[in-house]
Amino acid sequence: MKNKMNNNNVSNDWLFEITPKNKFFSLNLKEVWQYRDLLFLFVKRDVITVYKQTVLGPLWYLIQPLFTSITFTIIFNNVAGISTGSIPPFLFNLAGITVWNYFTACLNGTSDTFKANAAIFGKVYFPRIITPLSVVISNLIKFGIQFLIFVAFYIFYYLQGANLTLNLSVLFFPVLIAVMGILGLGLGMLISSMVTKYRDFSNLLTFGIQLLMYLSAVMYPMELIKDKLPKFGWLVEYNPLAYIIQTSRYMLLNIGEISVLGLIYTFAFTIAIFLIGVLIFNKTEKSFIDTV
Amino acid sequence: MINSKLKKDIILKAENISKQYRLGQVGTGTIAHDLNRWWHHVRGKENPYLKIGDVNDRSTKGNSDYVWALQDINFEVERGEVLGIIGKNGAGKSTLLKILSKVTAPTSGSIKSRGRIASLLEVGTGFNGEMTGRENIYLNGAILGMTKKEITSKLDEIIEFSGCERYVDTPVKRYSSGMTVRLAFAVAAFLEPEILIVDEVLAVGDAEFQKKAIGKMQDIAKGEGRTVLFVSHNMAAVKSLCTKGVVLEHGKVVFEGGIDDCIDEYLKNGNNIAHKKWNINESPGSDFIKLLEVKVIDVDNRVTFNHLIINDIRIEFTYEILRDDELFTHGLNLYNLQGIHILSSHDKDSQTLTRPLEKGIHKKTIILPGKNLAEGGYTCSFAIMRYNPFLIEFHETDIVGFNIIEIKSDKTMRGDYAGKFPGVIRQILNWE
Repeated sequence: MKNKMNNNNVSNDWLFEITPKNKFFSLNLKEVWQYRDLLFLFVKRDVITVYKQTVLGPLWYLIQPLFTSITFTIIFNNVAGISTGSIPPFLFNLAGITVWNYFTACLNGTSDTFKANAAIFGKVYFPRIITPLSVVISNLIKFGIQFLIFVAFYIFYYLQGANLTLNLSVLFFPVLIAVMGILGLGLGMLISSMVTKYRDFSNLLTFGIQLLMYLSAVMYPMELIKDKLPKFGWLVEYNPLAYIIQTSRYMLLNIGEISVLGLIYTFAFTIAIFLIGVLIFNKTEKSFIDTV
Repeated sequence: MINSKLKKDIILKAENISKQYRLGQVGTGTIAHDLNRWWHHVRGKENPYLKIGDVNDRSTKGNSDYVWALQDINFEVERGEVLGIIGKNGAGKSTLLKILSKVTAPTSGSIKSRGRIASLLEVGTGFNGEMTGRENIYLNGAILGMTKKEITSKLDEIIEFSGCERYVDTPVKRYSSGMTVRLAFAVAAFLEPEILIVDEVLAVGDAEFQKKAIGKMQDIAKGEGRTVLFVSHNMAAVKSLCTKGVVLEHGKVVFEGGIDDCIDEYLKNGNNIAHKKWNINESPGSDFIKLLEVKVIDVDNRVTFNHLIINDIRIEFTYEILRDDELFTHGLNLYNLQGIHILSSHDKDSQTLTRPLEKGIHKKTIILPGKNLAEGGYTCSFAIMRYNPFLIEFHETDIVGFNIIEIKSDKTMRGDYAGKFPGVIRQILNWE
């Protein structure tokens, strides 16, 4: 019997203690592991419920990137005349948008964690990090579907005789996506914590993401901005997302170049943001219900 | 083991739990406070906002923006005990439960536990309307800390207990609220935490299910040796379920002991003053009217707490009008000691609705007819309202109280019967 404890040695063996202040940094991975089924169920819930009561269902996953790519191709390549080299502009844009979308979905989904879940967080305890984590994972599934569309167009253009070559580094593509997910998660946790106290951040985020896209080399090669706007090139150069987009295009389409230094910077940046995110998130989760 | 008989098996121990809340708008000012707090922290000094703070009493206006929702709460719970946590609205019950269920952290103090704590969700929290009952059982169970395997092994029992077999594959959004509660309760009841927290959930659901739920909680506590913390206004449920109790008042433990003593203490705690007087600085009111004095008066014109059921009770309110250009009217709410809102009365034909009162002191009296309310204790509130548009100027709760005594007499409903007489209204009705 589990509850028939030996009374002689129970004086100090408390299972846990609830105290005011959190440790400075705590990421209780053991606890997260105990709640892994919850993580799985949250992911399942997200995937199941998004398209209930819609006519087109999962097709919505495809419509958004396709139309954005078409728009970008018309505006940036046909009208503004940005060159994408030998790669069909549509494919160039689709690659950038697919990867970029994963980042924004992660960031958007995690950044209102506390606000959106206030009702349930106010009633029951589970490791709060499960919620943003489930967003990152369920968006991975969405990303997978969108990536398949990219693959389909890749094959289509290849059969059309476009000059497409495979780069072996594509094997590391999942690593790149994982980095992107972690960056989105870290940033999202950071913002979600701040939003609990200062709602201003959720307004900032909405247009911040839009602006960020223009600085992340989504619809142009990174080199282009250095050539044309040398003064503002640093804005892109210091943006880790630009390196991720640039590198993923290198891996998928074999264009542009890889910047080892840039990637090291990106990795370091991601780890730092993730740790800061966990730190702030931890601090918030214990008392946010009083301020939300 | 002789030792175990002497030594109490404490499963949960609260030590000096305090919780402070900031009142009013969080927005401007919080950054300044945050920075100040941080600056004190950096210099290794005490949090400057922890020193100030009032006792949490809604009815008196505090001097500071910070309030102690809980102050120095200490108690112990033994394994297998069903602890009732009782107290009036705002006594700090929910805050305590939130701290116990790790939803929010205490400002100071600590809680030590030897068992997993799970709380029974409020109606439908954590339920996803789009998902079926079965899917929600898994989701809800997982939220409460069960693994998928645990849930699967209990699935049939949960479904059977909830009485929702027919709808288990229907999305929960088509459930009635009663069915949702049943399902939520069923999941939590079959969860196996060492400590289960239940907050007022039994108020929902039909009588049959409430009976079932109370029975199940008794099984949990007695049969399975698990510990339950039960919070409710419903003294009947508390009495039938709990073994021990804690009475909270204004964020402090005012009584701890056997459940019957606790309920007595709580009921006694009800307003037992028939006369209340304020001086003008502290008196409740708004910018044009201040309540000065309230008296409960019996048929012989005496201010008294006890009244015979056959007699009328008059409650006289004395107030001061500060501006003679306001139209308003009076209102009263009456509650019994179980916290049931018995009635609400508006002075809807008051002259003050058409013609402003002169500045100065005025009186208003409401008459509660005899042979109407059941025996027992009551407490009342007073409000000043405006019509067109409807607006409550102020509403002062728990002002005065009175006790109705029913004697054996041919003039009372009770007649010669001396036993327990249920119901909140005790009118003498005609049987033809």
